Amino acid sequence: MSMPALSVRVARKTFGGLVAVNDVSFDVRQGELLGLIGPNGSGKTTLLNLISGALKPSGGEILLGGQPIGGLAAHHIAQKGVARTFQLVRVLPSLDAEQNVMAGAVFGHRRTWGAEARALARELLHRVGLGGREHVPVSAMTYIDQKRIELARALASDPRVLLLDEWLAGLNPTELQVGISLIDELRREGRTIIMVEHVMDAIRTLCDRCVVMSSGVKIAEGRVEDALSEPEVVRAYLGDEDA
Amino acid sequence: MSPLPFNLTQEELRAGAVGAALVIVAALLPVFDQAYYLALGVNIMLYAALCTAWTLFSGPTHYISLASAAFFGLGTYSVGLGIDHLPFPLLVLIGAGCGAVLAGIVGVATLRLSGVYFVIFTLGLAELVRQLVSWGQSKITTRMGLYVFTDFTEKHIFWMLLALTVLVFITGWLINRSRLGFAMQVIGNDETVARHVGIDTARAKIILFMISGAFIGIAGAICAPRYAYIQPNSAFNPTISFLVVIMALLGGTKRLWGPLVGVIPFTILMDFVTAKFPNHTSIVMGIAFLAIVYFIPNGVTGLIEQARTKLRSRMGAPAVKPGEVQP
Repeated sequence: MSMPALSVRVARKTFGGLVAVNDVSFDVRQGELLGLIGPNGSGKTTLLNLISGALKPSGGEILLGGQPIGGLAAHHIAQKGVARTFQLVRVLPSLDAEQNVMAGAVFGHRRTWGAEARALARELLHRVGLGGREHVPVSAMTYIDQKRIELARALASDPRVLLLDEWLAGLNPTELQVGISLIDELRREGRTIIMVEHVMDAIRTLCDRCVVMSSGVKIAEGRVEDALSEPEVVRAYLGDEDA
Repeated sequence: MSPLPFNLTQEELRAGAVGAALVIVAALLPVFDQAYYLALGVNIMLYAALCTAWTLFSGPTHYISLASAAFFGLGTYSVGLGIDHLPFPLLVLIGAGCGAVLAGIVGVATLRLSGVYFVIFTLGLAELVRQLVSWGQSKITTRMGLYVFTDFTEKHIFWMLLALTVLVFITGWLINRSRLGFAMQVIGNDETVARHVGIDTARAKIILFMISGAFIGIAGAICAPRYAYIQPNSAFNPTISFLVVIMALLGGTKRLWGPLVGVIPFTILMDFVTAKFPNHTSIVMGIAFLAIVYFIPNGVTGLIEQARTKLRSRMGAPAVKPGEVQP
């Protein structure tokens, strides 16, 4: 069996007395799209922050291709090959579309520069559906276009693992279809992706497997249909009485 | 605006030509006057170099450094202590090295802190260095000052400062074209994103602060022969730090040439005030500082840019990229 792309081993994060991530473990295989789901406040984004280095784990280990990355600085982790998008979209407002994407190509896992970085940025803008808009200031773009910029920026580093933090949130139904097919393309391309998502349709269509969290604890893991029908998952989402 | 053209753009060529012409005109000043206007010219050149060097770091990071006097004083003292033993150019390099090392230490210690703490730390540091030098001098040399005798006259100092200013500009331009410059643009926009695309933000800021500190150290070294007699109170004069901030903010720190727009009128104003009302310079500085921060936070160049944007949008043309302050 080949080595998992990413392993989370008894990862733990506490804020004072609050245990936001409570000894969570799971593996992500090469080329897999793993859904990370759970009710609000269950610790999904915190877990993503531990992987990307935005937060340091209080305990446990995170391995990228067998190499420990837990507790490294965010820029080290990015250079080793973890790229992410943010729950609340974060673009670089004073730069144009092309420069935004180039930021991902220049400093990250794939370090390009000059004409090469520019060409890569153009190619990716085209990929996410923003071809021909290279020099539009991103502050003038719509929400979904800013999300596309963020995705292109993350892809520009050619990451070994891509983290999508509610990338589909806030899109209208038409945009949602576009967004889902975009992620689907990435999956078919063989990208390894972890997506935190509330849009259940997207999880069902896209994910190979999913991990369900509740109150910081992993309560289920497996094929999407199986995981979602586990009693504990139903209880976490709908409350005790309905279970 | 794009950070990465490897060939010169038309705009860059034009800016280079205008810059070269201005430098030639400025270089001719000592030919026409060797007295009042040259002295004023030296002051303007000094602050042009200092403010541009300060802006290299503070422009993109928005960190206000009040440590300029410390870097400057170290440069001055490098010359003061070594002038009898080593050639002047070497002492200038030592001054640059001292400035860079001090900036590096300050950077490692404080750049992880947020803005306000950085301001206070740099102010306190400059004062600490001054006190340490005074103390060291009284213990070791048992004198309060150092004599610096050279063959340099005012015009030589003017030319050296002009050359330094040019060097700072070229460095700034090269930085803007480099990975470091692009990294600073990303950091200025969103530091979290910067970290997550793989930028070592602390390292980038420290490198930039060291470059800035080195140039300020060089300026101090060049000015040592002008003072002839060096004391801690003049070499590490905190007024230098404050004037640098005021002039740079008056001009605007978004563009490398922004500070120049503040330096020229303000140096002339300060010259006038020092001559006519020597006891009221601090009041003028204070009022100027308040006025700038209240009324033109983006500096004169910021005002010009705003006016241009407004004009263009009124004329129906698409507005240029807005250059507001980043959140």
